[in-house]
Amino acid sequence: MRLTDEEQAMRAGEFGEPRRWAIEHQVTVGDFFDAADFVPVTHAHVMADTESLGEAGVSFLEGLAGAPEAERRVRVPTLTDPRGLDPAVYKRLGQSEAMREIEHKAIAAFRTLGVLMTDTCINYQTILPPTRGEHLAMGDTGVVIYSNSVFGARSNFEGGPSALAAGLTGRTPRYGYHLDENRRATRRFRLDTAPRDLSEWGALGGIVGRACGSYWEVPLIEGVGEAPGSDALKHFGAAVASYGSTALFHMPGVTAEDAEFAGPASEAVCIGRAEIDAFVESYGATGDKVDVVVFAAPQLSLIEVAAVADALAGRHVHAETTLLVTTSPEIKYAADRMGLTGRMEAAGAVVAAGICFYQSYAGELAEANGWKRLLTNSAKLVNIIGGYGYRPTLASLERCVASAVAGRVV
Amino acid sequence: MATVLRCHPGIGPAVTGTALVAKDNFSARYDLDRKIGVFSRPNHALAGQSYNGMILVLDQAKGGVATAWMLHEMKVRGIVPLALVFNRVNPILAQGAAFGAVTMVDRFEGDVTDLIRTGDELRIEPAGGAVTILNR
Repeated sequence: MRLTDEEQAMRAGEFGEPRRWAIEHQVTVGDFFDAADFVPVTHAHVMADTESLGEAGVSFLEGLAGAPEAERRVRVPTLTDPRGLDPAVYKRLGQSEAMREIEHKAIAAFRTLGVLMTDTCINYQTILPPTRGEHLAMGDTGVVIYSNSVFGARSNFEGGPSALAAGLTGRTPRYGYHLDENRRATRRFRLDTAPRDLSEWGALGGIVGRACGSYWEVPLIEGVGEAPGSDALKHFGAAVASYGSTALFHMPGVTAEDAEFAGPASEAVCIGRAEIDAFVESYGATGDKVDVVVFAAPQLSLIEVAAVADALAGRHVHAETTLLVTTSPEIKYAADRMGLTGRMEAAGAVVAAGICFYQSYAGELAEANGWKRLLTNSAKLVNIIGGYGYRPTLASLERCVASAVAGRVV
Repeated sequence: MATVLRCHPGIGPAVTGTALVAKDNFSARYDLDRKIGVFSRPNHALAGQSYNGMILVLDQAKGGVATAWMLHEMKVRGIVPLALVFNRVNPILAQGAAFGAVTMVDRFEGDVTDLIRTGDELRIEPAGGAVTILNR
């Protein structure tokens, strides 16, 4: 990679050890992807739940945090993805004191580095929406694909260490979705039906993601009638990214950029009612006992929180079922203020802030609570959670709530 | 007797070990029980098999960003693949390999999951962009 004088000085340690580590890490990654140089980023977003970090990762952060203040503070605003634990509900969910302790250590280290503890994977809905052409170092696949596609911003998937490195250096290697040539469509799909709710937008994303199956494919989806709206695109994008490891999609008339093809436009793959129904059915389990109903992945917008509260009106969650709602701290404050949290809790729901379930020791949660059958309206979550030993079912928000009340999949 | 496969220059130190091959993808969060070191996702081609100390040969990296931290955590605990050999990785796996100093290469001429078989003895030299099949 070509390095500026400042970047070379950083690499030589003239700006301190944290920035030396950061740029060395970034050069290794940049060389691997044949990046020509660095590109400045306006902000970074770090995925660093303690389940992923482990003791080793927290010790690493504490090492960086031990540097002098001028050397350790991030250079551009740096946000955090959801955490492993919400101190307000961790006991009720069966999480341990050891988990709380390691979480506390990680938070202390991040604060010392100057990181803003936003604890959210919907920062584009709640903190600061990106703008077209803005280069970013976003650390959550759902955030990346939404930022790239809906806003026309430019980010690769930046894992925790790389996003933190970008915060410390204020730049990221220029490869992947920072470059025009990688943003053209490579796969073509045609939607022949209208997804009926968020779970079906997620199912559509799962179908597209599975078909792409690569970070380097860019799907183009034709035939989307009315603008789906932010929550639908959120669930769609999160599922494309989860099933496909894909980071950008084009939806003509909806997304930000002109959808050019990288080569000759290929024959469109048609996705209709049968394909969406089959996808949902593949996770079906009607009649089974429901252990836990989860609204998460991504965290809920205020509109989604209100929809759950409305669906629970006049009902109560079954004694042998847990209903968990996760959202960002900002939305939780709003839900508290508007009485939504109180209504959901009165109906027996657990409302958590700053977590997103699968990043919260999902395996240990299953063990502690005896959870097996999980119901959710998030296609992303049903894709992830099988590896943690759950048997996941995908259903609409209304069906999820009705099942939570009945204690079985209805 | 040895076969040399060329690839893009990779990450991490040169290593020698045994291949575990599957036509499937990889995410540390989605696919692994990292405590005991086995593939735990029921529908993964390597479900139930141990990855500890093996050279994993797979198709693509998939899923979320957690692998970037997890490879480091796995390396420090000593329950980790010896190396990762893929047709094509995403940035997360590259970043995770760089952070955890785990050997990783990708971008071969041909499908690496066809070129290498489970049980093959491999020498991986990331700096030179070469994987040598030592037993054939």
